[in-house]
Amino acid sequence: MLALELAVADGPATPVANEVASRSLRQIVWARLRRDKLAMICLLTLIFLYLLAIFAPLICDLLGVDPYSFDKESISDSGGGPVGPWGGISTEHPLGVEWGTGRDIFAQLLYGLRISLLIATTATILTVCFGTVLGIVSGYARGKTDAVIGRIMDLILAFPFLLIILALSGVLTQRLTQLGVPDGNPSRILYLIIVLSIFGWPYLARIVRGQVLSVREREFVESSVAMGASRFRILFKEILPNLWAPILVYATLTLPTYIGTEAALSFLGVGVLPPDTSFGGMLGNSVSYFSVVPSYLFIPGTVLVVLVVTFNLVGDAVRDALDPRAGRV
Amino acid sequence: MVILLLLLTLVVFILFSLLPADPARLTCGKGCTPAVLEANRHKLGLDLPVIQQYWEFMKGLFVGRIYAADSPDPVVCNAPCLGYSFKRGEEVLVLIKDRLPATIWLALGAFILWLAAGISVGVYAALRRGRWQDKTVMGISLAGYSLPSFFLGLMAIFFIVIRLQLLPYPSYVSPFENPIQFFQTMLLPWIVLAILYAAFYMRLTRNQMLEVLGEDYIRTARAKGLPERIVIRKHALRAGLTPIVTAAGLDLAGLLGGAIITESIFSLPGLGSLAVNSVNDADLPVIVGITLVTATFIIVANLIVDLLYAVIDPRVRLVS
Repeated sequence: MLALELAVADGPATPVANEVASRSLRQIVWARLRRDKLAMICLLTLIFLYLLAIFAPLICDLLGVDPYSFDKESISDSGGGPVGPWGGISTEHPLGVEWGTGRDIFAQLLYGLRISLLIATTATILTVCFGTVLGIVSGYARGKTDAVIGRIMDLILAFPFLLIILALSGVLTQRLTQLGVPDGNPSRILYLIIVLSIFGWPYLARIVRGQVLSVREREFVESSVAMGASRFRILFKEILPNLWAPILVYATLTLPTYIGTEAALSFLGVGVLPPDTSFGGMLGNSVSYFSVVPSYLFIPGTVLVVLVVTFNLVGDAVRDALDPRAGRV
Repeated sequence: MVILLLLLTLVVFILFSLLPADPARLTCGKGCTPAVLEANRHKLGLDLPVIQQYWEFMKGLFVGRIYAADSPDPVVCNAPCLGYSFKRGEEVLVLIKDRLPATIWLALGAFILWLAAGISVGVYAALRRGRWQDKTVMGISLAGYSLPSFFLGLMAIFFIVIRLQLLPYPSYVSPFENPIQFFQTMLLPWIVLAILYAAFYMRLTRNQMLEVLGEDYIRTARAKGLPERIVIRKHALRAGLTPIVTAAGLDLAGLLGGAIITESIFSLPGLGSLAVNSVNDADLPVIVGITLVTATFIIVANLIVDLLYAVIDPRVRLVS
């Protein structure tokens, strides 16, 4: 996400129809975004959340909590339920403790945020790479290549996203382990990243392909063909810069979807295993206890919703800012 | 279409028979002896060459197949045979047929609710573009599609079932057996699913309407002195409906393959929860069967949507 934001800020300047004082597309977009207060607040929130995720171990040290250590003091001896109201919220455990183990909820949330963002961000970057490259190639080459890529996309789109990820989980994590990825969470995380990108790219590739079909007919492409530019140069230096707008919008709106999907999968038990955790996993655990300790449901749920809403708001703002039909700055 | 379906069986077959390191191992579980493993391998036909396995699989679809024909107790799987679950001792198709009603009821109920709510609210927002009503609707829509389904579902259970006790804890029965309990059980899942989908349809309808309302022929229709109601309904909505139909068709097809999360939260015995259970049990034949059935739904829905285009939008006519 951060990397993508930077891509707008420092990305290749795109030639755009000029006004009197010529401004590049990125300047226009940035100016529009800056005037959108809600978007700026959300952007700052996101940066803050990423920092929280990156420095999670440091923050946990500072607060004296950690997600793995058991705290027998904070849970009752008889049932294992947390001592104190609201899931055992105390100065020692700012958001309470887990049932049965007494592990700190706040620390688990931070580490969960880490895993969610890691999976969603990496998968989005990969999706964008696959989608862009295959979309450009298929739109520019047309003919047979286009037909083959098109059929593959149709086929992938025919699979129900969540079901296929769920269905392949057992089978593929096993394969990854055999290929030398450490067993357990590394291979589970890698699996999620891989399937999310493999089953996500066709949506973007379709959009990109459509754009390329019109861009490739423009004069500047023709002139670089005439000048003998290599195919690689034409695809990625001439055509690609004209596609940043749809790609960026797609990326910012895909990331929150992936966060949601990852949470859903962890909720169903496909995500990371204990002692590591993620939002979905915490919500999944809450099912057995939330009639007694509602905070198990509401704390991770709220954080998850805030995360997804913020991403969606930023995505909407980026789309509005990139929309040529919106009012000029 | 037929080619796509054939390709689909091939891909599903490849995904699930070549990717697992050892499919037979998955049927055997912990504490598996080599003898049982070999027996299972033979029973499932996994000792055959891959191409022959695919052939057997395809033959099963059309004429049925017999597992372990040479053993004392062969298992007959009648056509169309999607496979046989040795874990559950049942044909996959039978399992799917058992689970399908709950899924269909869930999908249809939610579908009607979300289309009604999504389209009407979307049109309403478009007609009040930029005013507070529009902004409220868009805000609600954003919140709606940002809410993870399982969080919304769990909250619904927490507040309505546990705290306020307005509805009994969901437990599915067939509507023909006990209609009252059926409705009590299905009400929450319907509403939860409908909220999630309606949020997207509100947006789609609104944007679509705004686009169409800017067209010249709408101005013409108004200039002719047509009542606003007819302009909106007959001229604008009909033209704007195409992408909504596409999305609706695909979403419904996807749901018929099992609303995995909603079903498992509300413990509905549908395809989705069957899928989750089978994944947890590593019951490969069932997983393959469900994937195949769901993907077929989606492909068929795609075709139906294409055909519907011509009905809705006279500008799209099939060239004969």
